[in-house]
Amino acid sequence: MAVSKLQRAQTRLAYLLILPATLLILAIYIIPIIFVFLGSLTDYTLVRDDYAFVGFENYQKMFEDEAFANALNNTFFYALMFLPGAFIISLVIAIAIQEQKQFRSVLEVLYFLPVTSTLAAMALVWSALMDSGQGVINNTLQTLGLARVNWFGNEDVVLVSLAIISLWSVIGFNMVLFLAGLTAIPKNLYEAAAVDGADHPLDKFFRVTWPMLGPTAMFVAVTSSITAFKLFDTVAILTQGGPDRASEVFLYLAFLEGFEYFNMGYSAALSLFFLGIILLFALVQALFSDRNVQY
Amino acid sequence: MADISSPSSVPTWFDRIKPKSFGRFVTTVLLFIGAWIMVFPFIWMISSSLKPTDEVYDADFSLIPRTFKGFENYYAVIFDQPYLIFLMNSMIVCTGILVIQLLTAIPAAYALAKLKFRGSTILFGTVIAAITIPINVTSIPLYIGLVRVGLLDTYFAMMFPFIVSVFAIFLFRQFFRSFPDSIIQAARVDGFSEIEIILRLILPAAVPAIAAFSVFSFVAHWNDLYWPLIVVQSQDKMTATLSMMQYQSMFDTDYGLTYASATVVTAPMVIAFLFARRLFIRGITMTGVKG
Amino acid sequence: MAQLTLKNIKKSFGDTSVLHGISLDVMDGEFISLVGQSGCGKSTLLRIIAGLEQPDSGDVLIDGKSMLDAAPKDRNIAMVFQDYALYPHMSVGENMAMPLVMAKLPLYARLPVMRRITPAGRNAQPEIRAGVEKVAKQLRIDHLLDRKPAQLSGGQRQRVALGRALVRDPQTFLMDEPLSNLDAKLRVQVRTEITELHASSGLTFVYVTHDQVEAMTMSSRVALLQTGRLLQVGTPNDLFADPDTLDVAQFIGSPEINITVGESQNGQVIIGETALPIALNTTGPIQIGIRPETICIPNVSGLVAAHRAAHGHTLKFEKRLVEDLGPEILIHGAFAHAPENIVRIRAQKSDTYSGVDTFAQGNTLDVKLNLNQLLFFGADGQRLRPDFSTAKRAETV
Repeated sequence: MAVSKLQRAQTRLAYLLILPATLLILAIYIIPIIFVFLGSLTDYTLVRDDYAFVGFENYQKMFEDEAFANALNNTFFYALMFLPGAFIISLVIAIAIQEQKQFRSVLEVLYFLPVTSTLAAMALVWSALMDSGQGVINNTLQTLGLARVNWFGNEDVVLVSLAIISLWSVIGFNMVLFLAGLTAIPKNLYEAAAVDGADHPLDKFFRVTWPMLGPTAMFVAVTSSITAFKLFDTVAILTQGGPDRASEVFLYLAFLEGFEYFNMGYSAALSLFFLGIILLFALVQALFSDRNVQY
Repeated sequence: MADISSPSSVPTWFDRIKPKSFGRFVTTVLLFIGAWIMVFPFIWMISSSLKPTDEVYDADFSLIPRTFKGFENYYAVIFDQPYLIFLMNSMIVCTGILVIQLLTAIPAAYALAKLKFRGSTILFGTVIAAITIPINVTSIPLYIGLVRVGLLDTYFAMMFPFIVSVFAIFLFRQFFRSFPDSIIQAARVDGFSEIEIILRLILPAAVPAIAAFSVFSFVAHWNDLYWPLIVVQSQDKMTATLSMMQYQSMFDTDYGLTYASATVVTAPMVIAFLFARRLFIRGITMTGVKG
Repeated sequence: MAQLTLKNIKKSFGDTSVLHGISLDVMDGEFISLVGQSGCGKSTLLRIIAGLEQPDSGDVLIDGKSMLDAAPKDRNIAMVFQDYALYPHMSVGENMAMPLVMAKLPLYARLPVMRRITPAGRNAQPEIRAGVEKVAKQLRIDHLLDRKPAQLSGGQRQRVALGRALVRDPQTFLMDEPLSNLDAKLRVQVRTEITELHASSGLTFVYVTHDQVEAMTMSSRVALLQTGRLLQVGTPNDLFADPDTLDVAQFIGSPEINITVGESQNGQVIIGETALPIALNTTGPIQIGIRPETICIPNVSGLVAAHRAAHGHTLKFEKRLVEDLGPEILIHGAFAHAPENIVRIRAQKSDTYSGVDTFAQGNTLDVKLNLNQLLFFGADGQRLRPDFSTAKRAETV
């Protein structure tokens, strides 16, 4: 059987259409990923031309490296503070805004404003607000009779400060996602619940809202986790990992190793570790989103 | 007080106050307090950008500047410093990225959605896999490659990693798939060529998805700090966002000037959002991804 | 016992007025249908009864008590929603248990996990299970209790929705177009089941539908709504045979009632060339409603002329199209005096029906009208009832 002329013309067209994208995907994703992997097996640095294959030495070094452990620690500690807030505060605000009538769009705009702003620029503002001497926040704390905080100078506090800034910049984003999820819940489920006697706000939340929000909640949790692991801008602008490497988070360490110290091989190994974490999150999401109930 | 229902009178606001609406009133107040916290950094930034340096960190903080130095500050940012160049660099890079992204993604997405060809499953699988790979992972080989071909510190280098968006291919493919096959077949019967079908049928129908993606792409690359930090070396290629790095250690800086430039850098996206609010929100809910 | 009274219910959404003062009494144990086209306000009315909407004015009384301040759960009602509103994340059993859980457990025991670990939660468990199982058996869905709604067929979901309503043991059953998402065959089956459920439970049923056949076949009384007003309330036969307005006559009956024009003068109704001896209390142009099944075709063999009434009046009819419905045929055409008005005649086949040949003699037929079955309406659409004493006399002449 000969393939019809139309069919053949279509196939030819299809190849033509995918050609630019395919070449670019090769050049931007596939080949670099291969090189990251190969590079992670070498002691390549940008400053020397000769390099040697060192096998899995970089990976071995990674798990012995005190800086790597420190960066992981910092990242997890930061995520531990950032994630619950990014999830719960956004959800509470979304539910509260959802029930608003006349102010809904105004509030939506105000809460979303930080999302579109340039975090690098707003980080400078936050550093001023959180200034240990004359910052507005410390002055307010003092007026309220609370202790002043050394937001960026104290090793124990700096990650909290960064988490607060990240929360400020991400809450509006998660809120919009939650709002979309809330709007998608059929109204008649709440009505059925009211007839069934579930008219207490807690009943409504636990019987209808929360289970129906499942896929959205999963999505928010996973994207927020990835965001937490990608913390970079505020560290680069405000703390450069300090004080005393207390805010040296994972991505910043990989950046330093690669583009400040030019330890390309080691940095490549770090990058792949980073990719592994992200794939893990993606996997979790894929597993759970299959189970969501729809009808 | 809750349920005075006088049969003849028109209900006034007073009659409508019920315990339930009191709770709602409290929520509204709390929401506005929260909103004030969200917006306060912007207000503080604008306020400080209008002040002389010594007033920015004045213990006696006031929103309204006592000495108005707004004109001087903004004049200095725009004309004495190369901020017009920074903004233009950002514009060029973001626009360039978006245009090439659309040009590469739309045809590929159409082929994946509506045409049959060998390897389409492999290509689509690769697209999905590539979505999970952030720039931070591939930055080293991309950087070395750019160094090798001597293209560091060029617009090309600033745009290159982003000119194919696997995410756009995925998004548009999903969107195109929902376009009815019967209409495409009817168009073929009517004598449309495939290119005409894309240009005259598919593209107009895809405008919402394209608009949503454009917003997402533009905002993400405008605000990107990581990649420009790696490939930009000279001041005449510096993007607006990257320029914020020069204030990273703020000793002996002119604070009024600093916040005037911060305002100038963040204003374009914030203003664009205020004008195209629905587009931004739809962009987020449709793409569900942050830059 | 549940007697439901609606008093002058008014409701508007923004500027659009949806209900313009509806008053209705529903007797205990009655099956009443609220029927009307979409947008007539029937669903809003039902939601007001349920307490899901508040009326702007008026009152809802159940057993004489005003329910306006009562939450839906305190009205002793159960409701079946149009698309069932089953909780998609809960199994059938959990869906049906929901009203019982809410009624039997205190708030703290209803929170997640607490139901399993608090004494109150665990003690209520057997009772709840028994309640669910009893109803599930009754509805023959006891084998589905562990499934999720998404795994059920439309008919099964329907039953689960009924079951969730039944477990509450309500006094009043509210149903919002419960059959509209079922296919035609299932619809007839479930229709019967709901009617049987009503008969066996003896509860008050308020049933909303846009389908007049459903309303007519199931209800003891039908309330016909149009654009937020109650047109007529009565038994199905009242509405069919004795409608108060042209709108009612046109809504009830399938195919729709034929309308032709005529004139009333001097104790006679003139249709085209024919003068019928019917005295109406008016003079001038009128509209005459003729049910498709009341027109008989006496001279065509192959059709049953069941009411070959001796005192029928003959009109000329132009046949244009014949549809075969199986046991019956539907003839489309027009009376000679008003050729622009399409008239449909529904005639039963007899043993000698012979397809196309039946009408071999041509397209012009003589048809007979039974004067007792004609409905007269004034120009305003109000029913004109003939003075029968005069009419009877005229017929015998």
